[in-house]
Amino acid sequence: MSNHVAIFCKRELRSYFDSPIAYIVITIFLLISGWFFFSDLFLANQASLRNLFGIIPFIFMFFIPAITMRLISEEKKSGTIEILLTLPVKDHQIILGKFLAGMILISVAVILTLVYTFTLSGLGNLDSGSVASGYLGLIFLGAAYLSIGIFTSSLTQNQIVAFIFSFLIIFVLYLLDNVLMFVPGFLISLFEYLSVNYHFSNISRGVIDSRDVIYYLSLIFLFLFLSVRALSSRKWR
Amino acid sequence: MITIKNLTKKYGNLKAVDDVTFDVHTGEILGFLGPNGAGKTTTVRIITCYMLPSSGRVEVDGFNAFDHSLEVRKKIGYLPENAPLYSEMNVLDYLHFIMGLRDIPKDRFNQRASEISEICGLEDVIHRNIGELSKGYKQRVGLAQAMVHDPEILILDEPTSGLDPNQIVEIRNLIKELGKEKTVILCTHILPEVEATCGRVLIINQGKIVADGSPAELQSSFQGKARIYLELRTPDVDVIAKLLKIKHVEKAEPISTDETDLKKFALECAQGVDPRENIFHKAVENKWIILELRKEQASLEDVFRQLTTS
Repeated sequence: MSNHVAIFCKRELRSYFDSPIAYIVITIFLLISGWFFFSDLFLANQASLRNLFGIIPFIFMFFIPAITMRLISEEKKSGTIEILLTLPVKDHQIILGKFLAGMILISVAVILTLVYTFTLSGLGNLDSGSVASGYLGLIFLGAAYLSIGIFTSSLTQNQIVAFIFSFLIIFVLYLLDNVLMFVPGFLISLFEYLSVNYHFSNISRGVIDSRDVIYYLSLIFLFLFLSVRALSSRKWR
Repeated sequence: MITIKNLTKKYGNLKAVDDVTFDVHTGEILGFLGPNGAGKTTTVRIITCYMLPSSGRVEVDGFNAFDHSLEVRKKIGYLPENAPLYSEMNVLDYLHFIMGLRDIPKDRFNQRASEISEICGLEDVIHRNIGELSKGYKQRVGLAQAMVHDPEILILDEPTSGLDPNQIVEIRNLIKELGKEKTVILCTHILPEVEATCGRVLIINQGKIVADGSPAELQSSFQGKARIYLELRTPDVDVIAKLLKIKHVEKAEPISTDETDLKKFALECAQGVDPRENIFHKAVENKWIILELRKEQASLEDVFRQLTTS
């Protein structure tokens, strides 16, 4: 990994963790996911993480735009982007550094939910294979949302606009496989393929298919690529 | 060092920079002057590879700024307008951050940071958060950031804005000092700054270069009227009429005073003629007592006003 990417990533992480942002969003994330998880757990009376993996993609819809909205729009607003882009660094290094910092923040949040998993494993038998693949799915899902968030943040100076746009894109991708019954037959497989949820539920069921992995990787790549393009748009003649 | 040829930048239909051509030589301190919105910042952003021009060419030390953008960026230290910095970082961390991105070896970080903070006068605030600093210190951090890799070219966009008079003098001296070995482009609309520091002045207006030369050259090329200041003591009431009869005096404007006998005038005459002797004779003839009689040099301000208005 390039040195520059590491430097950007480190700066971004420090700005998350030196300020209250990281602690606030992680705490809220854990409270909400914990509340949904435990309230369902005692109702269903079953040792399963299905609920947790069902609720986190939904919480991510708010959580991830909240941590990505400032990543580039703030630099645009304050003008610091002008110093960054006149340094001898490549545009994609900036985007990748910020992406990695976001990944680390999301991973911390996801790893902390292991507390629920361990609590549960004390209550009943857990299938460790499906737990592992569920967490892998969450990481893929988070990375995809993150790249969408970075993209919308690179489009505007306004953090709120960045938040709303990334939320909308994610919402549409999330909703696609919930509206299948309203969709004409020949479009069903397309909608299914485009839906983040469909692929997530495949992976979290414990079936790690290359198609699902490729879906996520291409989504991540596409939006990171668009972010780099948006950064370079200042150079359009 | 820097060659700019036929540079044009359009925003939609508006030409922010219009067919600009100039060279900057090594070791020159170039004052880049212009009213707000004249195209200074746009030109500078193109040289620093932040933007691409609509047409034209920029070469820095033989490297084309568009094909070898990274090479060009390595040679330039740039302080953008208003010194945009990360307010949540402390000064030392910020300098380390920039040094890392400038590929300065890690084992030289501490040495370089203390050198640069001494040059820019940052020792007292090195562990403070940038957000807590005064405007003057922020500007200095911006300057430190631009100089941290000891660049051959330094481009400063309004480096003294928001500083107090003492700080302005300090920064000007610093720029002069730097200009001995480096090429400096100083964007500003503060004229005394240019007179104090720059060996060469470039005036841009509405995207076009309207003047290029040393401050002295520009002053002598001034096309307007020469001004003469005259202060008299006399009870005479029709001084103006008499003054206007003097050869070459084209205009006489009274400046109000508190005393009735004390009269002050701003006279105008054509460039290149000197009616002062005639004024003296006229005064003797009318028994006016001359308290002051002086010809006023066309200032850079006059030149600037003439070239950038109308």
